[in-house]
Amino acid sequence: MIRNRGSGRVVITGMGWITPLGHDLEAAWSKLMTGTSGVAAISRFDARTFPTTFAAEVRNLDFTRFVGDASIHEGCGRNIQFALAAARQAWDQAGLSKAGGFDPRRVGIYLGAGEGVLDTEQFVNTNLAGWVDADQKIDTVRWARAAFESLVPQKEITQEPNMPLAHLAREFGIRGPAYNCLTACAASTQAIGEAFSILRRGDADAMLAGGTHTMIHMLGVTGFNRLTALSTDQNLAGADVTTASRPFSRDRGGFVMGEGSGMVIIETLEHAQRRGATPLAEIIGYGSSADAFRITDIQPDGRGAAIAMNAALRQAGIDPAADGPSGLGPVQYISAHGTGTKENDSIETRAVKAVFGDRARRIPMSSIKSMMGHLIAAAGAVELITCVMAIERQMLPPTINLRNPDPDLDLDYVANVARPAVVETCLSNSFGFGGQNDTLVVRRFRG
Amino acid sequence: MSGKPAAKSIPILAALSRRVLITGVGPITAFGLGIEPLWNALVAGQSAIRPIARFDASGFGCRIAAELADELFDVKTIVPKSYRKATKVMARDIELAVGAAATAVADAGLVTRASEGSAAPTIDPARIGAHIGAGLIATDSDELTLALASARAADGSFDIATWGRTGMTNLTPLWLLKYLPNMLACHVTIIHDCQGPSNTITCAEASSALSLGESMRVIERGDADACLSGGAETKVHLMGLLRQQFSHRLVTGGDAASQLGAVRPFDPSSRGTALGEGGGILVLEAESTATARGASVYAELAGFGASQNLNPDTVGLVMEPDGETLSWAVESALEDAGLAATEIDAIVPFGSGIVDSDRCEAAAIRRVFGERAASIPVVAVVPFVGNCCAGSAAVAAAVAAKCLREQRLPARLNSASTPGLLAAAGPSQPAALRNILVMTTSLGGQNAAIVLRRHS
Repeated sequence: MIRNRGSGRVVITGMGWITPLGHDLEAAWSKLMTGTSGVAAISRFDARTFPTTFAAEVRNLDFTRFVGDASIHEGCGRNIQFALAAARQAWDQAGLSKAGGFDPRRVGIYLGAGEGVLDTEQFVNTNLAGWVDADQKIDTVRWARAAFESLVPQKEITQEPNMPLAHLAREFGIRGPAYNCLTACAASTQAIGEAFSILRRGDADAMLAGGTHTMIHMLGVTGFNRLTALSTDQNLAGADVTTASRPFSRDRGGFVMGEGSGMVIIETLEHAQRRGATPLAEIIGYGSSADAFRITDIQPDGRGAAIAMNAALRQAGIDPAADGPSGLGPVQYISAHGTGTKENDSIETRAVKAVFGDRARRIPMSSIKSMMGHLIAAAGAVELITCVMAIERQMLPPTINLRNPDPDLDLDYVANVARPAVVETCLSNSFGFGGQNDTLVVRRFRG
Repeated sequence: MSGKPAAKSIPILAALSRRVLITGVGPITAFGLGIEPLWNALVAGQSAIRPIARFDASGFGCRIAAELADELFDVKTIVPKSYRKATKVMARDIELAVGAAATAVADAGLVTRASEGSAAPTIDPARIGAHIGAGLIATDSDELTLALASARAADGSFDIATWGRTGMTNLTPLWLLKYLPNMLACHVTIIHDCQGPSNTITCAEASSALSLGESMRVIERGDADACLSGGAETKVHLMGLLRQQFSHRLVTGGDAASQLGAVRPFDPSSRGTALGEGGGILVLEAESTATARGASVYAELAGFGASQNLNPDTVGLVMEPDGETLSWAVESALEDAGLAATEIDAIVPFGSGIVDSDRCEAAAIRRVFGERAASIPVVAVVPFVGNCCAGSAAVAAAVAAKCLREQRLPARLNSASTPGLLAAAGPSQPAALRNILVMTTSLGGQNAAIVLRRHS
């Protein structure tokens, strides 16, 4: 049954983030504009002997100043703290709780939140307490005894990936359609795209959407080090850690872990207008595809990524083979997935060329992961917010550490220095391990 | 509608009238692969919940579960030969999803990349999506601890410096990829070459119902012609049992023998549930393509709704007791299907035996159906196959589809008395079934409801 009798237009009315570069829009944006890196030695655990000893961490966050009653979030994990603080900023900017309030049944939530953090020390000790060297396996009775003695219920339950959602719903009183998706590094782009689709169909009036994640913990870094996906101390060869994230550079050696959260409030244009909210930008396209190729590799021709970009552009009514208005490119900025791995950056470049043809070189494309690292599930939401800021400020964030260009990568990556530009429409890409591709297209709001 | 030209950039949902049909079901449960062994047990009234056999569970409060035995399922025999090597990097949850997908594809009569022979795929791979719900996948404790044990100091304690230098190299390089929740969809989409929209919804027991709903919308709006949709999970392992016991959701107390039969949905004497390994994938298809290929149809997926509980304790161990928000999801699904509550002939809830969850579901049923609540048959699958968590609603949907095809209701187990609901133990019976409601709440508070309509 079709419920939506509106225009089908969806606008962003609130944005918030918690990032390694700052805890509010302005603070982190100014760091992006000055090309500042948030990468430093890992402080969350003793990583000194790990292949990778650095990451972009969120520092000094007191999430309690972002919530009404902190007691209802007691014991929540770090990823949930990020989410609450980012969502509060978006919620307040959108003004959904202002006079008149909102219909809780018509406000939903769609997150691409990552799992919580293991209670690592107790978890490791429990496993070792159960371990029987002679059998090379765990004695499950001994394990259970140790587990019930040392693991804490609250710290276990909070690890479930739908828990950020539960906390945000409680904080804001949201009772409409509620989802969490976890499609690795594409998750929050996908969450915003699906929230957009729910609104277009008329199944809600407004959605809180975004992501939150941290994998800066012992087994997270271990997992990515084993996959050889991370930039390492060896790659760095003694250079400063702030140069470790080098998307599109010839000497790129992998991504740098970041952590944090990005959240947006999106709503139908009619709902925003009815309550007098100010649209910050309009989401006009969403595309999603699966590579269906290999568990570890991306399709070398970038086909899956191109399918997602083309689908989003088609929905946006943008012809990638034609100039935009006033002789501008079809879009005027691409927020790249741009992780800094050999494979991603080459294939993303190939895919963008496949989509935009001759015009690809005229479209600036940068990776803020060069500065704030890779926020994994939360990356896409933060990058979409960056696109909206670029439209609002008419400035493009740079790809820093691009001193040694890769001769095979010949697009305009906004090397090293932020740049003024005429920006009306942006495309934001996110690609996940496992072959998940998601693209959003966002445009300056015109009434 | 606004007359402004800007609206043309988003075409108004012209494709929304596409109807979505269920053309294949692939449940995977402790009874084995496919609907037949499950259905036979449901009709016969046999439970697969037994004392846990895979490991010594005597250190846990709950000693029973519905485990899928190796004799009934070996993932290596399910995947194409060329893909056998990849089964080494599949956590159990992934194996279950891969088995379910193969079964669903075969049941629907689809040719995919996984099919033997050289026939072309039935459906263009670019037009097949996959929405596969998943849980938080636990690492294999033996595998991880073998590596952790290599990083012990002389006194036996863990030494993180040794771990960083050498210990971690004892983990296989692809270790992380066994445990990412989206690897269920990743393997399934590779095996069957599904290049369309794909997602991994991780909302505990609501995961596969939300996945079915999202697939339905994707097909309705024309972004795919078919989807492999559902979910799978097992928490029948150390961390799963621990966390579920911490959440006060499991039957505890006494030995395994005394716990058999203790999963009693909606019975006031109920005190928890038991875990199961499993889930299911359904093949959803646009009516137009299903009809064009002459597909055999189980049912129409006619309606979907979702909502989020306002749980008093935030996380949902204590659930909204009056079921108000869950009733909204049900009402949305009915409205979406264009049905009145009077047209629902049976309900398949989560029906787990978890006290708070049952109370919430029963209250929602009473809210929506009023006095009729006491006379609509309730089908509870958990007493047969355990709580398959992220896979549970897919099992429920597969059973509902089969009920519509067979015009029969399964037996009900264990519950002696279910005040206000028609859910107490009883034998399988033929029934005239037009529409079945599948509904669920979850730990975390996400609710979903779907309506299956008999296809004519």
